[in-house]
Amino acid sequence: MLLNQFLLLSAVLFAIGVYGVLARRNGVLVLMSIELILNAVNINLVAFAAFREAIPGEVFALFVVAVAAAEVGVGLAMVLLLYRNRQNIDLTEIDLMRG
Amino acid sequence: MTAVVLSAKLGDLDSLTGSEVVIAQNVVFAVIGLAMVAAALRMVTTANVVHAALYLVIILSGAAGLFILLGAEFVAVTQILVYIGAIVVLFLFGIMLTRGSYGTDEDTGQERHKMAALVGVLVLGVTAGSLIDTFRDAELARSAPSSTAEIGDSIFGQYIVPFEAISVLLLAALIGSVVVARRD
Repeated sequence: MLLNQFLLLSAVLFAIGVYGVLARRNGVLVLMSIELILNAVNINLVAFAAFREAIPGEVFALFVVAVAAAEVGVGLAMVLLLYRNRQNIDLTEIDLMRG
Repeated sequence: MTAVVLSAKLGDLDSLTGSEVVIAQNVVFAVIGLAMVAAALRMVTTANVVHAALYLVIILSGAAGLFILLGAEFVAVTQILVYIGAIVVLFLFGIMLTRGSYGTDEDTGQERHKMAALVGVLVLGVTAGSLIDTFRDAELARSAPSSTAEIGDSIFGQYIVPFEAISVLLLAALIGSVVVARRD
């Protein structure tokens, strides 16, 4: 297997995730797209760990998984608060601090 | 009886030549990769948020399959336990608690969709170009899967400080999300 096939797949998933974050208005969907981006990064880390036959890449992937779990918890709590205050989770309507 | 069958199968596996293994790996990679890209495209374009969560499950399982292909078995199992077991369930609860948001993602704002697609394609172009230029046809080393014992030694030896920092972070996220979402 080539190293590049994993890296390119990961780049494609990353780009799709970026599109999702920028284009979607639903707060939960934006969080899901962020998960997609983090997963793409994880594939990169593990591929390089296999490439260099080194453990630290896999350890760092585990750390990324833990941080992603924390991020989803806080993010969904914020979306929930948003829904409770405004009865929808459309992110384009959150423009309180627009200059 | 089963032991005999199992050992016969293992013997078959051992008798595979190197190129046969490479072909099998590439076929598995192609299947998983295509499924992941298709599911990802559907996830960011579907109007139904619940369907998006289910597409996310396909993507996450595909990533776990890739980890196994790369010999990172512990990371693959953790991926399934934490992502599919916990995070997707959390997403489904989030969707349930914000009901009324199911069909709200209508297609207004074509301009923003176009700009987002442009940014995505640019990101992909720049990364893919630099990756192809840098790693041309670097082969992955064919070695034994990394053992969980090594990962454990690494986490609790060299990386003990980041590990403790992660536990404090998780505690902070736990308390933070309870405080943010509390009804008062």
